[in-house]
Amino acid sequence: MAIEVRIPTILRTYTDGAKAVEGSGGTLSALIDDLEGNHPGIKERLVEDKSGSVDLRRFVNVYINDEDVRFIGGLDAELSDGDQVVVLPAVAGGALPA
Amino acid sequence: MLTIAQETYDAIVAHAKRDHPDEACGVVAGPEGSDRPERFVPMVNAAGSPTFYEFDSTELLALYKDMDARDEEPVVVYHSHTATEAYPSRTDIGLASEPNAHYVLVSTREHGNSEGPVEFRSYRITDGVVTEEEVTITPTGTADQRESTP
Repeated sequence: MAIEVRIPTILRTYTDGAKAVEGSGGTLSALIDDLEGNHPGIKERLVEDKSGSVDLRRFVNVYINDEDVRFIGGLDAELSDGDQVVVLPAVAGGALPA
Repeated sequence: MLTIAQETYDAIVAHAKRDHPDEACGVVAGPEGSDRPERFVPMVNAAGSPTFYEFDSTELLALYKDMDARDEEPVVVYHSHTATEAYPSRTDIGLASEPNAHYVLVSTREHGNSEGPVEFRSYRITDGVVTEEEVTITPTGTADQRESTP
């Protein structure tokens, strides 16, 4: 099943410059694995290992049909055919050293 | 080099002064590929902090969808430092995610909410490398007039 995934500028190096790609998967997690198959390296930019379990990176926002996935199950958020996924890096920073 | 209209420069400075001692943030959008910062879009600092800023995730999506619909990109991404100099911190560098944007930093440490000059500096931040650039302020409207001149 086809899901449109909008790719932000900074990750277009993984998609040959494409602003949007197609992927498939029943959950966000499965979709990211599918994307990794066609665009190796992209997964590492979206998720990280947090004390043994994989989670979305803190400063990466992912939306399914305009809903922030953090409010609808994170990586377990469900997807269906025709859904639109948008990936946006957080716009953040500040004087405080990380 | 960043070329920015006086009106937009003033709007960024006013926002930074207004939100002091918290950090203020926003973008100036412009036509994709034009390098012209034209549409001032102040954003809410969802972190509401004197040492950190972050666009609210829902507002971030709305902003990018809006820019997409207008064939725009964030030409300038600005924020303020309220107790330190107008130079990108390690956090700023680590989180910079718009390789084509001019990152503008304003420091309000000297005069806070009051009248008085601020530090206003611009940088490129690409792959963790910071490059400061010159800022040229044009009288409001000048850029457009120049363009219509053959």
